[in-house]
Amino acid sequence: MDVQTTRQRAGVEVRLEELSRRYGPVTALDGLNLTMAPGELVALLGPSGCGKTTALRLVAGLEEANSGRVVFGNKDVTGLPASKRDVGMVFQAYSLFPHMTAMQNVAFGLTLRHKTANERRQRAGTMLELVGLSGFADRYAHQLSGGQQQRVALARALAIEPTVLLLDEPLSALDAKVRSRLRDEIRRVQLEVGITTLFVTHDQEEALAIADRVGVMQSGHLEQLAPPTVVYSRPATPFVAEFVGLTNRMPGVVKDRVVDVRGAKLPLVQNDVPDGPVTALVRPEAVSLVTDGASEGPLVGTVIAVAFLGATSRVTVDLGGMTVLAQMPTSQASEHPAGTRVRLTLRPDPVLIQREEASPAGA
Amino acid sequence: MTKSRRLKLRVFRVVVLLLMGAFFLMPVGAMLEFSTRGTDVTSPRTLDAWLRIAQTPGLVKGIVTSLQLAVITSLGMLALLLPTMVWVRLRLPRISRIVEFICLLPLTVPAIALVVGLKPLYVWININVTPSVLALAFAYLILVLPYSYRSLDAGLAAIDLKTLSEAARSLGAGWGTVMLRIVIPNMPSAILNASLLSVALVLGEYTVANLLNFQNLQVEVAYVGLTDAPTSTAVAVGALLLAFVLLMVLALVGGRLQQQHYVPGQRA
Amino acid sequence: MTAAGNPAVNSAARPDEGGRRISISWLGAAPFFVYVGLFLLLPTAIIVLGSIRTLDGGLTLSNFSGIDKPFMVKAFTNSLGVSVVSALGGAILGAVLAYAVVTGNPNGLLRRIVMSASGVLAQFGGVALAFAFIATISTVGFVYVFLKSHGIDIYPNGVWLYDPPGVTLIYLYFQIPLMVLVFLPALDGIRPQWREATESLGGSTWHYWRYVAGPLLAPAFLGCTLLLFANAFSAYATISALLTNGGNYVPLQVQALLTGETEQSQPGLAQALAVTMVFIVVVVMTLYALLQRRTSRWLH
Repeated sequence: MDVQTTRQRAGVEVRLEELSRRYGPVTALDGLNLTMAPGELVALLGPSGCGKTTALRLVAGLEEANSGRVVFGNKDVTGLPASKRDVGMVFQAYSLFPHMTAMQNVAFGLTLRHKTANERRQRAGTMLELVGLSGFADRYAHQLSGGQQQRVALARALAIEPTVLLLDEPLSALDAKVRSRLRDEIRRVQLEVGITTLFVTHDQEEALAIADRVGVMQSGHLEQLAPPTVVYSRPATPFVAEFVGLTNRMPGVVKDRVVDVRGAKLPLVQNDVPDGPVTALVRPEAVSLVTDGASEGPLVGTVIAVAFLGATSRVTVDLGGMTVLAQMPTSQASEHPAGTRVRLTLRPDPVLIQREEASPAGA
Repeated sequence: MTKSRRLKLRVFRVVVLLLMGAFFLMPVGAMLEFSTRGTDVTSPRTLDAWLRIAQTPGLVKGIVTSLQLAVITSLGMLALLLPTMVWVRLRLPRISRIVEFICLLPLTVPAIALVVGLKPLYVWININVTPSVLALAFAYLILVLPYSYRSLDAGLAAIDLKTLSEAARSLGAGWGTVMLRIVIPNMPSAILNASLLSVALVLGEYTVANLLNFQNLQVEVAYVGLTDAPTSTAVAVGALLLAFVLLMVLALVGGRLQQQHYVPGQRA
Repeated sequence: MTAAGNPAVNSAARPDEGGRRISISWLGAAPFFVYVGLFLLLPTAIIVLGSIRTLDGGLTLSNFSGIDKPFMVKAFTNSLGVSVVSALGGAILGAVLAYAVVTGNPNGLLRRIVMSASGVLAQFGGVALAFAFIATISTVGFVYVFLKSHGIDIYPNGVWLYDPPGVTLIYLYFQIPLMVLVFLPALDGIRPQWREATESLGGSTWHYWRYVAGPLLAPAFLGCTLLLFANAFSAYATISALLTNGGNYVPLQVQALLTGETEQSQPGLAQALAVTMVFIVVVVMTLYALLQRRTSRWLH
């Protein structure tokens, strides 16, 4: 989430109304509704084929919708081609024109708008400074690293002062280290400029880290649209729960609006679940371990593996019939090496329920 | 892409492909038409000219000679180039650019110019080695170098030669085994491509054979054409269609061959 | 099994064994160099040396003076003219055809057919090609006859099939496919993102070609045109089979010198002509290679 409350958020409201796109028998986007507040960064998150890129391209005007509207502020841009929509776009790969320097790339949109050489140089220079690449103006794409190329692409998109900023998985082609640094850069720039932004990604960590709101998509529609903390801790559907963060699927029984998972009583996220056998979706952070010498019990098992992830570690426990993941600070995890007999405690966070039958509850 | 642009593109493509298709098919059609004409304007189509191919000893000899030359040149090319390229990649990587340069050099020497320098050489070969027309293979190998090199180079680049050969050698394989059982089976489409390009070039070669006074297929076709144009034309279009079929087969089979063999570190 | 432990593989890292190993390594490449030296470099040396030597062994440039003669100059004019026109025509038409192919399915049947056909036709020179066009538009060719019977005479001022215009037309038959073969990879290298970026920045189709695709493809187009020029200039078989009554082109002059009686009095002239041809082609191909390097930096 942002920290820059001092900056005034400019930007324009962007509305997607009942947006649909079909390719023959395949429905890529099924009546998408999304309203973006001025200056907001919305991340569309989902697996490949979920429709997030299609949505972005419809907003950009690179594809034509079968039905629905795209509105920037109070202007209906649905019928306009990309060249008339005034959008800024950053692509996943091959963003820059290889035969132009960084400066020429950034100034390209200004060249098309017949700005004078002076205006172009000034504006492009300002943009390069904004993304921290002032000294790289005369470099060509093949002389820049992947991260630098994407920053130039961002500068180029913003140079024309577009109404909306669109980013199509801009970090997916980059190394992990570069990715996390660059995503913070992108967020910083976006906040500084205050432009309404749509960010598409399949990496949930990215989406959670920088978005004001996250829209989780599957098979052409939005499963949930909410701030990152809500999407993570209160997933609306099992798909969201499993796509965002890790989940343990533990069988239990619902009775009196509480689910009994092997003796642990956990409250529910949904309030309309009838009694009966279900699958409860439990976050690994809600599972803690204790080595107290117990050797039997419904929540007693053996540690199979400990995965060291830096500050936290993930412990895999064999509960006899099922495997459970527990996530905790590394110092705690070191107390339970592989082979130890441990007892699990489940923190009483509200959990999402999935019915035992095919259709999940609440979907 | 917007609908209108897609439509404009489609119209453009259809028009271009139809016009080009007509331009390129017409001479082929004309050759078929010419070689099947009856004795005068009113008589029906006939395959006489085609049947006469077998009865014209010069043409038969030309076909056999060129086929032999094609095979010898292909095999010779593989025997010379493949071990050399493997060797250079593994042991002498510094001279790989020199080898590449030399292999592409024939592109800069027109055959008509090269044959001026080959003539004295072939006079010597005629006397001291063999007067056979098959000696043309020596020159042909040079002519096919650029195309074969590019093909084999692409094939070698696609397999991890260093790792495979090191693995084989550490398990006790000699260089012969490495070549026959490791390298060759792992680049079937590149080898096939290089060979077929060589075959196509040899079957179509006229300049060197003609000016060195050898009789290969094209020379015979030209000679017979002076007196029996329909039969010559039949041979010409037959060879053309054969070459086209061969390359189409290569395009289809080569694609499938590429998918079948395993490339380390890469899942199809 | 580690590579480090295998001496046969690690020759470069062991300097004391290196000397012997490296010379053995050179032996492996020897057959290739010997063969190429004998059948490529030796003939080249023969024509280069032969062009600057007199009959009694001295050095001279007088062999090249034979190129001054009017009929020789005309040969060069004809050859260069046909080469330039067929190169430009083949380049433009070939680029258009390549564009029509590349905008379709990359794995589709059309593309494979066109590439196979181009591979065959680019090599399809010489005798068969001459016969093909004789069968098509000579006075006995079926297109000529067909058009004539419908009132269209394509030879109102005489048969031009055997003149430079006809030769140029025939050359297009292998120039266009050659252009498709060598130019299509460059077209393949054009990424759709560049078009979309241009659009989103406000550019039209014209802007795209003027500022992006045009400049990007220019080196490749120019380079391929040069290649086509060299190809046409070197071609011998087609005109040899077509112009059975003789014609004035540089390759045919070489042929005349190799097979005629005039060789006795001017042995060096054939070599001088050959060297001149090689020189022209080498210059053109060098430019082509330089332009290809620029192209591959941008488009691959």
